[in-house]
Amino acid sequence: MILSGSKVIQADRNTVWTALNDAEILKRCIPGCQEMTGNADDGFEAVVTQKIGPVKATFRGTVAISDVIPAQSYRITGEGKGGAAGFAKGGAAVTLEDTDEGTLLTYDVEARVGGKLASLGGRIITGVARKLADRFFENFQQALAPEEESEEERAQG
Amino acid sequence: MPADGGIGASTRRREDVRFLTGKGQYTDDINIRGQAYVHFLRSDIAHGKINNIDTSDAENMPGVIRIFTSKDFEGVGGVPCGWQVTDRFGQPMQEPKHPVLAEGKVRHVGEPIAAVVAETREQARDAAEAIIVDIEELPAVIDMKAALQDGATKVHDDLTGNLCFDWGFVEENREAVDEAIRNAAHVTTLELTNNRLVANPMEPRVAIGDYDAARDEHTLYTTSQNPHVIRLLMGAFVLGIPENKLRVIAPDVGGGFGTKIFHYQEEAFCTFAAKAVNRPVKWTSSRSEAFMSDAHGRDHVTKIELALDENGKFLAVRTDTYANMGAYLSTFAPSVPTWLHGTLMAGNYTTPLVYVNVKAVFTNTVPVDAYRGAGRPEATFQLERVIDKAARELGIDPIELRRRNFIQPDQYPYATPVALEYDTGNYPATMDKLVEIADIKGFAARKAESESRGKKRGLGIAHYIEACGIAPSNLVGQLGARAGLYESATVRVNPTGGLVVMTGSHSHGQGHETTFPQVVAEMIGIDAGMVEIVHGDTANTPMGMGTYGSRSIAVGGSAIVRATEKIIAKARKIAAHLLEASDEDIELKDGQFTVKGTDKSVAWGDVCLAAYVPHNYPLEDLEPGLEETAFYDPANFVYPAGAYACEVEVDPETGKVEIMSFCAADDFGNIINPMIVEGQVHGGLAQGIGQALLEHCVYDENGQLVSGSYMDYAMPRADDLPSFVTDTSCQTPCTHNPLGVKGCGEAGAIGAPPAVVNAVVDALADMGVTHIDMPLTPARVWSAIQAAK
Repeated sequence: MILSGSKVIQADRNTVWTALNDAEILKRCIPGCQEMTGNADDGFEAVVTQKIGPVKATFRGTVAISDVIPAQSYRITGEGKGGAAGFAKGGAAVTLEDTDEGTLLTYDVEARVGGKLASLGGRIITGVARKLADRFFENFQQALAPEEESEEERAQG
Repeated sequence: MPADGGIGASTRRREDVRFLTGKGQYTDDINIRGQAYVHFLRSDIAHGKINNIDTSDAENMPGVIRIFTSKDFEGVGGVPCGWQVTDRFGQPMQEPKHPVLAEGKVRHVGEPIAAVVAETREQARDAAEAIIVDIEELPAVIDMKAALQDGATKVHDDLTGNLCFDWGFVEENREAVDEAIRNAAHVTTLELTNNRLVANPMEPRVAIGDYDAARDEHTLYTTSQNPHVIRLLMGAFVLGIPENKLRVIAPDVGGGFGTKIFHYQEEAFCTFAAKAVNRPVKWTSSRSEAFMSDAHGRDHVTKIELALDENGKFLAVRTDTYANMGAYLSTFAPSVPTWLHGTLMAGNYTTPLVYVNVKAVFTNTVPVDAYRGAGRPEATFQLERVIDKAARELGIDPIELRRRNFIQPDQYPYATPVALEYDTGNYPATMDKLVEIADIKGFAARKAESESRGKKRGLGIAHYIEACGIAPSNLVGQLGARAGLYESATVRVNPTGGLVVMTGSHSHGQGHETTFPQVVAEMIGIDAGMVEIVHGDTANTPMGMGTYGSRSIAVGGSAIVRATEKIIAKARKIAAHLLEASDEDIELKDGQFTVKGTDKSVAWGDVCLAAYVPHNYPLEDLEPGLEETAFYDPANFVYPAGAYACEVEVDPETGKVEIMSFCAADDFGNIINPMIVEGQVHGGLAQGIGQALLEHCVYDENGQLVSGSYMDYAMPRADDLPSFVTDTSCQTPCTHNPLGVKGCGEAGAIGAPPAVVNAVVDALADMGVTHIDMPLTPARVWSAIQAAK
């Protein structure tokens, strides 16, 4: 699965960069994230519960960060294991650019799933991933601009 | 004829009483006191090196009895392959070991890595999740042609590459075929794919191992089409258990379609583990497991060329096929694309020269083996498609082109250039019958009517032949089979005249319990209700080879005839003694033994009683009792054939195909139970149409099975199918078996796919469409229309 996109975040580039390396903010923004520990230098460990098609599973995985150009770009690679549900693994190149409205975040994701996730949900995985990405950025925007956040929106996030 | 139906009667299936009232006894219905449950941890990657399997956490989970990995199977054999193919250069095929649990590497999604035996199914499954497997993922080999390129990743490191064998047939004809094609007035070429299928029997596989330590006896209950074959393969080659210590029982089995022929690792595991933990061990496949562990079917990629002269006579056929073996060789996998496929490439036609090349390829996918028709559908599909294409290119009616090339009724026995000798047939007659029942003359009017509604209508014709009633043992032995393919029967007459027939054939939906008694009852002249059939248990039946290749009535039925003939011969002697006559003068009719030309007679039941209460009995000449066994080894295959017509409407806006009618004129020789035969044809047609329109097993480039459930693997449903018109009135009885019967189980699945595809191509021919690969989904049909624009 290949997924590319970009999003303008209403915050300056350094704020966005710091947030992207902050385990606590990531935990709040990644849909279904139960736990997120670690840091950008040593990598993160995450527990994420997701439902993809008919398969609901808790994934435990690690995320490593590489090719870091501070406040400009990095590459994340990770793998999550969902037990009987199978696995997901992949990577993303993320770059940040200044724009008039804020910071333009561009991502190119390459990911794949295996096991039951592939055999039951393989054909819907791209749609699910796009939806998850959208939700991540909604959450991320709200995390960086808390004054605009309402309780109702947070609950939906 | 017996009052309750003998040969030729559409007797209702007696087994349906229990099947339709929920009283069937399937393997999963069997529960043995103290049984434990196994869950297999299966690979979720297609190819990888196993660095470590850590079971320590899992072993402490609740209910866990023992966890097995390949380490526990050191010294245990791999699951064997039952057929060795020799390649074009005289070398045997490459034959990798197929371990019970993955050894060192995993080679397909679904391969069992470890097995947890626990008190409950749920505990076994939970513990399997706690096993930590460290696998280093390797590139997966999925595409067959890529697998054969230099430098391709090897599925098996100890083999020279991914080529299992390169088979040529008939190798001596290779140059002559090339020359005929070079010099022909016309050559039609077609490249096509025979789509990969999953068999999907209604009942998933189940195995229960049981071990009696006091007697040192093993019992395996399994969902098999051939329990004796499983006993032989598992006992002799995997676990080293002598047959007198191993009983295999295949009780009611809910459909097989080929995929339950083979010996699977789970059977060996349960048998092995039952002794290791001294508990019965049960495994019930989930549907998800079935998709990734039952042997798949078909999966050929073929280029076929048909050379014709200026009059449309076939001169030569040349084919080039890649056949997917999957990651390991399943029990009969090598025979399917070779001897069950190449030998059918003459079809119903007088083509003098045929050359078939098959490259069998290992890939990181589930093993591929026989599926309803096994090789013969692949042969028929390409041949009937290329003939149809040639007819269009030459402007000859497709029925007429076939007629010009049919083997004629006075040419039998007919030796084809591909090793077979057809004993009998009449293809012009089946085609005539088809033209009648399908109202071919009325097609133009129906087409005009469809087009007035904006639909494209097409008519597709196919004529198939299949070699079934598998098989003459001496012949298949020469071709690489590692087993004989006879069948056996024991007929036991009880003292009051009822009979029990113990057969090596296995019924998993075919209706043997109804059909076989019709034969025996007809021979003796008693009611069919006096005959019971016992099958599926190695302890209660003579050595049998099971059911596949449409062999039950042709081979198993013939064995029953031979055993019943022995019974009648002995009963006649007893009757002669009772009637104080010479046994040559005794006639058996309607269950009465009569001295010819007199009114002196004795009833069947009295003769049977005399055999078991031998007070007045020729004990000095004849043993008491009335029980006989016969083994029947066929002299040849049987050759059913038939003409099929499919009419479709295609919506040119959406690509949706609707089957408007499907007609089948089959020649099955003599028929025992017409209703059961019709049911077999219906089932075969449904599966053939399923392949043509709906079913497709798909792997992604990483070897993930993306069609692993019924959400993504489309099975045919009632509303996908028309009401079939079938006819079996063209009958050329088989010349070499005692019933004159041919097989009918696979016919529909063989003849339907080319008829459907020919119909859709016919509908779209004026738009420029010349071929669409199966399954003909709306997306594919629509794309073909757009590409042709």
